[in-house]
Amino acid sequence: MRKQLEGSQAVAQAVARCRPEVVCAYPITPQTHIVEALSRLALSGELERCEVVNVESEFAAMSVAIGASATGARAYTATASQGLLFMAEVLFNASGLGLPIVMTCANRAVGSPINIWNDHSDSMAMRDCGWIQLYASDNQEAVDLHIQAFRIAEALSTPVMVCMDGFVLTHAFEPLDVPSQEQVDGFLPGYEPRQVLDPDDPMTIGAMVGPEAFTEVRYLAHAKQIEALDFIPQVAEEFRERFGRASGGLLDSYRSEGAETVVVALGSVLGTLAEVVDELRDQGVAVGAVALKAFRPFPLEELRGVLGGAQRVIVLERALAVGIGGIVSSDVRTALAGLSVEAHTVIAGLGGRAITRRSLHALLAQALAGQLPELHFLDLRTDVIERELERTRDGGRPGPHAESILRDLRIVASGPV
Amino acid sequence: MSTPLPFYQTGTFAVGGRLLDEDDRAVQSDPERSNAITKGHRACQGCGEALGARVVLDAALRAADGRLVAANATGCLEVFSTPYPESSWRLPWIHSLFANAPAVATGVAAALRAKGRTDIRVVGQGGDGGTVDIGFACLSGMFERGDDVLYVCYDNQGYMNTGVQRSGATPPAARTATTEPLGGHSGNSFGQGKSAPLIAMAHEIPYVATATVADLRDLEQKVTRAMSFHGPRYIHVLVPCPLGWGSATGETILIARLAKESGLFPVFEAVEGRITSVARIRHKVAVEEYLRRQKRFAHLFAGDGRPDVLARLQTLANRNIERYGLLDDADEPTDIGLLDALATSERGPV
Ligand SMILES: Cc1ncc(C[n+]2csc(CCOP(=O)(O)OP(=O)(O)O)c2C)c(N)n1
Ligand code: SF4
Ligand SMILES: [Mg+2]
Repeated sequence: MRKQLEGSQAVAQAVARCRPEVVCAYPITPQTHIVEALSRLALSGELERCEVVNVESEFAAMSVAIGASATGARAYTATASQGLLFMAEVLFNASGLGLPIVMTCANRAVGSPINIWNDHSDSMAMRDCGWIQLYASDNQEAVDLHIQAFRIAEALSTPVMVCMDGFVLTHAFEPLDVPSQEQVDGFLPGYEPRQVLDPDDPMTIGAMVGPEAFTEVRYLAHAKQIEALDFIPQVAEEFRERFGRASGGLLDSYRSEGAETVVVALGSVLGTLAEVVDELRDQGVAVGAVALKAFRPFPLEELRGVLGGAQRVIVLERALAVGIGGIVSSDVRTALAGLSVEAHTVIAGLGGRAITRRSLHALLAQALAGQLPELHFLDLRTDVIERELERTRDGGRPGPHAESILRDLRIVASGPV
Repeated sequence: MSTPLPFYQTGTFAVGGRLLDEDDRAVQSDPERSNAITKGHRACQGCGEALGARVVLDAALRAADGRLVAANATGCLEVFSTPYPESSWRLPWIHSLFANAPAVATGVAAALRAKGRTDIRVVGQGGDGGTVDIGFACLSGMFERGDDVLYVCYDNQGYMNTGVQRSGATPPAARTATTEPLGGHSGNSFGQGKSAPLIAMAHEIPYVATATVADLRDLEQKVTRAMSFHGPRYIHVLVPCPLGWGSATGETILIARLAKESGLFPVFEAVEGRITSVARIRHKVAVEEYLRRQKRFAHLFAGDGRPDVLARLQTLANRNIERYGLLDDADEPTDIGLLDALATSERGPV
């Protein structure tokens, strides 16, 4: 049954229906509404047999999740941005230990400059931490992905991060269906840990391993994610059969059959992108879009399958790898290796800058005209950049870029421009 | 300690065990005692940490009826006792990272609570670096929330596992790899100190104690006592490190005892934030007695020596003696030459 709900509330309810036994989190915008709602559900007794631990940091949140998961409890946490990076060391540890923790990343930019708005810098920075990373295109998918995430994590004994765009999704109200307890119980069996701290069968978890076995252990982590390339679609398919809607999977192709130009993107921008594709298709332009739902594991073959026929692929990235440009696009280029498909990296929507239909139309027009460079920054104010570079050219102490640029844009009320 | 000992038996380390009631005798002297750590671990000879951890975990296991889970921080203890496939521990054990043992222990405790498993208890542990430095936020959070975890810090006063660097628990004037007595410096600087036990007490947690490996019976009893409480508990054990301290491998116990007898390491216990008992100094020694036996302080005695630095260290000891009432004992046992006995003894019980 669909109800008007905020994305965060719906996700919290969905997580609660997955019957987590330990929820541990530390507040950070824009994740807060999810964990606030979960603590309310636990305190009111609606969520039973669940310990909510208000930890002192994200580092501790993930550490508590590790202890809980290794003791055989279903563990959940949520974070974003600085919080995700503050748990970096523990994220690698959780995946190395093979603990099926589920975490929401309410995607947000990473400072400095400090910025609470949406982009994917946080989860992309944790690209190689060994977690499965799933990206929700909309709030219904965010709800559904959490339910699927516990299934995937526990079946493969590997942690799963569900990424949903901060504010754009977490704080948006829309009619959403949160599956009932019975439905979720029917889909998600109880957690059967692969390794557990049990006095009746004592084992040592997390001990040191030398060069004799380290490569093999790491290889197995990789092999498990490759296995997930088969398993994620199976879970999505089973979900579709039971719940009557398509959610998740590895990727979603939107009108990309026969498209000459295909835009690849992750997260909520897919909504706007689909509209633009529709408008251009109406004009007879052969464009399409592909939503990457799983970024880790990366669906190389599947992507090659949907992109192989295109002439041009544009990877729209909400994160920037300073010093090279794209993050997702490096992987997309690997998928396209050997094919004569032209690939472009477009950095867009950093720190919450809206990716508008108008900008996307302009971008595609530029691409269709053969004028899109290999690396492009969407809506970059080059005039502002020029002036700031001019100001800093003579050395001295021009001060922080962020301040000077805001003054330049006359967004700061007072002070010399 | 329950029964005041009438005297020490000279030349033995049994500390009057046979004169005590059965219940009060050191379990460690019982040939039938349990042993949580099997042979074959890789600690240095005379390692105080290996001894301390064995005694602590044995006592905790006994108190928990064998139903115990340990979460351990990276450090010497982890590295010398667990490398796969030769883990020496006979209890469920998890090592995650250097800084997060208290939080991992919290997670274990939370899971057990959610599952209604009241029969299983949890111990978290780490070295002084893992505890008083990098893991301090996790430890304080665990205390403040009231999580049901006994946390034990094995204090060897430095980052030993990485090659003896200075930690927040390294004493003033000690030489470490990062506090060499060079350029007129006399080893580690004199700061205001960082007493993890006192900070633990400030959290008003149910139980805090300090102990040394010189008095294993006291250590056992403190662990047993700690296990009788629920909620966060903290035990800080001084564990000499022959390698890092430059001490003779056979003198670990002696040195731990001198740390206590000099007043440099006060041994006490506190319930709910108030000190309830103090192990009195039995035979007061000058700090020199303690320092001389360790190469990490050798620069204080080289050439003309550094009487100024020794005086400052003595002041620290005196301050402890006064603050904790370490000498103020009406029933002070008769001194029959404890130190002579210890110093001349050939072998220790390690
Ligand atoms: C985050 C992090 N920083 C540094 C290290 C390196 N490191 C491992 S053990 C250790 C020292 C441990 O010192 P302590 O906790 O006092 O234990 P000890 O070895 O002395 O018993 C250090 C610095 C690490 N493993 N992780
Ligand atoms: S270096 Fe010190 S603490 Fe580490 S094993 Fe050797 S004696 Fe023990
Ligand atoms: Mg140490």
